[in-house]
Amino acid sequence: MTALASAKDTEMVVNKNSASPNRVIDIDNLSLTFETNDGPVHALSDIDLKIDEGDFVSFIGPSGCGKTTLLRVIADLERPTAGSITVNGVSPEEARLNRAYGYVFQAAALYPWRTIARNIALPLEIMGLGKDVQQHRIKKNMELVNLSGFEKKYPWQLSGGMQQRASIARALAVEPDLLLMDEPFGALDEIVRDHLNEQLLQLWAKTNKTVVFVTHSIPEAVFLSTKIVVLCPRPGRIYDIIDSDLPRDRNLDIRETPEFLKIAHRVRDGLRAGHSYED
Amino acid sequence: MSTTIVSRRRFDMPALLAWFVVTMVVVGLFMPIFKPDIGVMEVPKLAVCLVILAIAGVRYELGFMRNWIGDVALGLVTAVAAWLLIDTASDYAGEATIGFWALTAAAWAASWLFVERLAIWKSRSQAATRIINLVIPALFGITILVIWQLVVTGAGVPKVLLPAPSEIWVRLTGSVPILWADFQQTFLKAVLAGYFIGCGSAFLTAILVDRVPFLRRGLLPIGNLVSALPIIGVAPIMVMWFGFDWPSKAAVVIIMTFFPMLVNTVSGLAASDAMQRDLMRTYASSYWQTLFKLRLPMAMPFIFNALKINSTLALIGAIVAEFFGTPIVGMGFRISTEVGRMNVDMVWAEIAIAALAGSLFYGIVALLERAVTFWHPSMRR
Repeated sequence: MTALASAKDTEMVVNKNSASPNRVIDIDNLSLTFETNDGPVHALSDIDLKIDEGDFVSFIGPSGCGKTTLLRVIADLERPTAGSITVNGVSPEEARLNRAYGYVFQAAALYPWRTIARNIALPLEIMGLGKDVQQHRIKKNMELVNLSGFEKKYPWQLSGGMQQRASIARALAVEPDLLLMDEPFGALDEIVRDHLNEQLLQLWAKTNKTVVFVTHSIPEAVFLSTKIVVLCPRPGRIYDIIDSDLPRDRNLDIRETPEFLKIAHRVRDGLRAGHSYED
Repeated sequence: MSTTIVSRRRFDMPALLAWFVVTMVVVGLFMPIFKPDIGVMEVPKLAVCLVILAIAGVRYELGFMRNWIGDVALGLVTAVAAWLLIDTASDYAGEATIGFWALTAAAWAASWLFVERLAIWKSRSQAATRIINLVIPALFGITILVIWQLVVTGAGVPKVLLPAPSEIWVRLTGSVPILWADFQQTFLKAVLAGYFIGCGSAFLTAILVDRVPFLRRGLLPIGNLVSALPIIGVAPIMVMWFGFDWPSKAAVVIIMTFFPMLVNTVSGLAASDAMQRDLMRTYASSYWQTLFKLRLPMAMPFIFNALKINSTLALIGAIVAEFFGTPIVGMGFRISTEVGRMNVDMVWAEIAIAALAGSLFYGIVALLERAVTFWHPSMRR
C-alpha cells in the first residue's frame, strides 16, 4: 500500500514539474452554464485565474455570483462547459482521484454515527492507509484544531464551532497541499470566527499550503488573503483581482491599520460596482 | 417533595382516588354482594377484603404513614384484596351484584393510587426510576387481567364469548406440547424463514434497483403490484405451488415482507444529502466505499422501520396462510379447528402465544435498532 502511495506522490511531482513549477491552479477562459427549465443560467463566464503555490486566495462576492461554483469546478464537483482548467497541472478529475486537495464545506457534514476521531479517519480509511498512520494523523490534526480530548464524542454532542473545526481537521488529515474552503466559518459567531481565522492563518504559515477560500465577509477576506478575487453576478465573472501587500505574518490587530482599510475599501468598491452593473 | 409534585396539578388525584376507595367500600358494606341477597358480612373473605381496602383508603386520607412503608403496604393490601375478590368470584360465578362491583372498583382505584404513589418515588434515584419504569406498565397489565377475570366470572360471561384469563392459563399450561409444536411449525419455521428471506432479498434487490435506474422503473411497479395482492388469494396458490407444509407459508410471508423492505431501503439509500455525497466524491471514494460508509448507515433508520413493520406482518401472514391447507400442526391451523370445536380457550391460548411471540420479535428488532441507529435524532438520549 505504501509503495502505491509513494508511486502516486512521485506521479504528482512529475505532473507538477511538467507544468509551470509553482502554478497550482490555472483557469483559462472558463465558463459554466446550467441548463434549467427556465432556460440557461450563466453561473460562470470567462474566468481567467492563476493561483500559485503558497497563495491564500479568497473569492468574495454577493450571493449567486458563482464563487462556490468556481470552487466546486476546481474540486471537480461541477464540470465547466467551456474553457480549460488544470489543478496541479492535470485535469480536476485526475487531481481529485489523486486526492490532491482537502475540501471544507459550508456545514461540517460530519457523519453522526461516527465519533469525532472516526470522522477524521473517514478519508484515511477510504485512502486505505494503515491503522498506525491513521492514529497518528488523527492525533496530530485534532491537536492542530484544539480538539484533543473530544475523540470519543459524537458530532451532535459538540457545538457548531467545534464541529466545523473537526471538519477542518478531517480535511487536513488527508495532508493535501491544496485546501479548498467554502465559507467554512459562515455559520459561526464573530468571536469563534476570529479565533478560527487566526488559527487558520497560523496553520497556513506553518505548512505553506495553498488555500482557496470562499467568503462573503470583507474583513475575513482581507485579513486572510494574499490575493482577493472579487466576483459579481449575472453572469458570474471576475470583477477585480487584488494582490494584498499585507505581511504574511499577521494578527487580528492588523485590521485597524490604514493598509488593511485601504484594501478593504477597494474590495467594497468592487462589490458595489459589481452590484450597480446589474441594476 | 411529594406535596410540591402533587400541587402542580389542578386537583389532587391521589386524594380523589382514596376518597373513591372509601366511598366504594361504604357502598359494598350496605349493598348486596351476590344474588339473591347475600351481604358482605356473610362472605368472610370479602369482609376481610372490604376492611383492608377501607383501612388503606382512610389511612391515605388521614395522611398516616405517607412514606415508602405506607406505599408498599398499600400495594400489598391491594394485591391481597384483588386475590380475595378473584377467589370468591369463582365460588359465586355469574351472581355478582352491585356490592361486588363496588369492591372491584375500590380495588382498581387502590391499584391506581399505588401507581400514583410509585410515580412520586421516581425522581429519587436512577435505579429506582428504572425499576419503576418497568413496574408501572407491568402493574397496568396485571390490573387489566384482574378486571377481566373479575368481570367474566362475576357477570358469568359465557366461555365461548370470552373465557377468563385463569381458564386460558389452565389451558395454556395444560397443552404446552401442542402449543410448542404449533409455535415451532408456524413461528420458528414459516415466520423466521419467510422473514429473513423476504427482508434479505428485498434488501439486495433495493441495492440493485438503486444501482440500475432501469430496474427501478421496471421492478418497483411489479413489487407494488405483488404487495397489493390480497393474502387470501395468494395463500391457496402458494399452498398449491409449495405444498402443505411450512414452505408455502414462508412464501406468503416473503410476499408480504418483500415490498415494505424494498421501498424503505430504496428511499433510505437516497437519504444521504448532497453535501455528504460530495464529501465522499472529494475523497475519490468508490461506489462500494460510499455505499458502506455513507449510504447504508444513512439508510438504517428506514431499514429498521421496514424490519419492525415486517416483524408483525410476517406473523399475521403465516397464521392466515395456514387457514388454506396445512399439516395438522401450526398456530393458524389450531385456531381454525378449535374455533370449529368451540374450544375458545385454546384459541385464546394460541392468541396469547402469538401476541407474546410477536411482541418479543418486535422488541428484539427495536433493541437492535436502538443499538444501530443510536445517532439518529429520534434515538439520542
